[in-house]
Amino acid sequence: MRRALPAITMLGLLLAWEALVRLAKIPHYTLPAPSLVLHTLAANFGSLAGSWWFTLKITFGALALACFGGVLIAAVFALSRRVEEAFFPLAVVLQVTPIVAIAPLILIYVESTTAALLLCTWIVAFFPILSNTVIGLRAADPQLRELFRLYRASPWQRMRLLLVPSALPYFIAGLKISGGLSLIGAVTAEMVAGAAGRETGLASRILEASFRTETPKMFAALLLLVLTGVLIFWSFNALSRTLLGRWHATEQERFD
Amino acid sequence: MNAPLILLDGVDKRFDNGLLALQSFSLAVAPGEFVALLGPSGCGKSTVLRMVAGLAPISSGRLEAPALRDDGTARTAFVFQEPTLMPWASVYDNVWLPLRLAGVSRDEADDRVMRALGAVGLVEFVHGFPGELSGGMKMRVSVARALATRPQVLLMDEPFAALDEITRQRLNADLLASWQAAELAVLFVTHSVFEAVFLSQRVLVMAARPGRIVAEVAIDAPYPRSAAFRGSPTYLSACQRLSQALETAHADAQAR
Repeated sequence: MRRALPAITMLGLLLAWEALVRLAKIPHYTLPAPSLVLHTLAANFGSLAGSWWFTLKITFGALALACFGGVLIAAVFALSRRVEEAFFPLAVVLQVTPIVAIAPLILIYVESTTAALLLCTWIVAFFPILSNTVIGLRAADPQLRELFRLYRASPWQRMRLLLVPSALPYFIAGLKISGGLSLIGAVTAEMVAGAAGRETGLASRILEASFRTETPKMFAALLLLVLTGVLIFWSFNALSRTLLGRWHATEQERFD
Repeated sequence: MNAPLILLDGVDKRFDNGLLALQSFSLAVAPGEFVALLGPSGCGKSTVLRMVAGLAPISSGRLEAPALRDDGTARTAFVFQEPTLMPWASVYDNVWLPLRLAGVSRDEADDRVMRALGAVGLVEFVHGFPGELSGGMKMRVSVARALATRPQVLLMDEPFAALDEITRQRLNADLLASWQAAELAVLFVTHSVFEAVFLSQRVLVMAARPGRIVAEVAIDAPYPRSAAFRGSPTYLSACQRLSQALETAHADAQAR
């Protein structure tokens, strides 16, 4: 029942939308019915799939780089407070500057559009992973730290057996946020890059369709983006359950 | 008395904030001896343990303990007030930890891990996780972890203070059994007069500000000690003398 409820709600809303469009005879260039959107998606899937693949590449490529970069920088910060104090403000500056505002600059400096898009998306996605992992690496129980000292653990043992597992729940929380952000980043950056590039993702297809008032096609591309976002959300929740399920409070069963 | 295993001679301990935690503190523990440190909170009992474990430096005086000898092996075990288990690791892996840090593989450690878990009656929970155990069971795991390395010295910092009376008495009896089975010196910090008398051969009473020993009471009763010992004249008179000494120490501290 718990799983069926959101599905039923969704289905009900879609049916209402379909009925509204048909009964009020709304023209398809204003608001296409869900059935038309599905039909358009099927008819144009060949061309949309290529753009979808490009957006997926940017999204997951940037996310992978964000994981790698965020964790690496966090590890350096955790080793030295000085370095963190020196460089953390820079990370904050990158985080608070709207990506739409820096993207045109990056497009000037970086020749390859794909690389520029990756960079923009990375800037959006890496901060939650960085800040969460920094906190996580410091979150190890002080008494467990003493226990490791008492038993003369090497720095590597301490990192592997104490600091990394302590930081894992924090890293995963950051990953969940960054996953959503990287899709937003990829689409936003491409919107700004616009027609400049030859390789194009779903954002370009939406803009293109908008110029031609092909509203059903806009919705079809949007549907693929929504699917991608939901997929990212689900898979990271599943990952979190797999890694933390047995021991961490955030993944314990609730009896309320 | 044999040559002492642990020796503190005229030790002063001043914290970084200037507070004098211990003043000309002297204490000797022989191999295989069971000694309790009894005192009000804030009298520096835990500081003594941390110094003996090599987790905190002394300010002046002389301190000898196995943990400070640089022979590469940790022959000292510590049981904290909290169980201090790794929540992400199974009961087995928690008990294996000190051996693992010393480079003992899982296979080599198996016998000792299982025997330590057997001594605290937790063999059937070997694959469980700390989050699935009760407070008393977690503490048993903590004791098993301490015993797994077959230490010379066991330092215990109010380990059973948070448990209910029945569980505490059961753990006290189990601890005595483990102590008798091994050549093991125990330094046991507590604020419970009854616990100190039931367990130890000698009880040292501490006063606060600065921390120092104000009384020493030998508990002249043979082991094994059963529950009936709690009703014996030896037990009752020792409890009475210690309560008085504790009260004097407390009044003394208030007057300062």
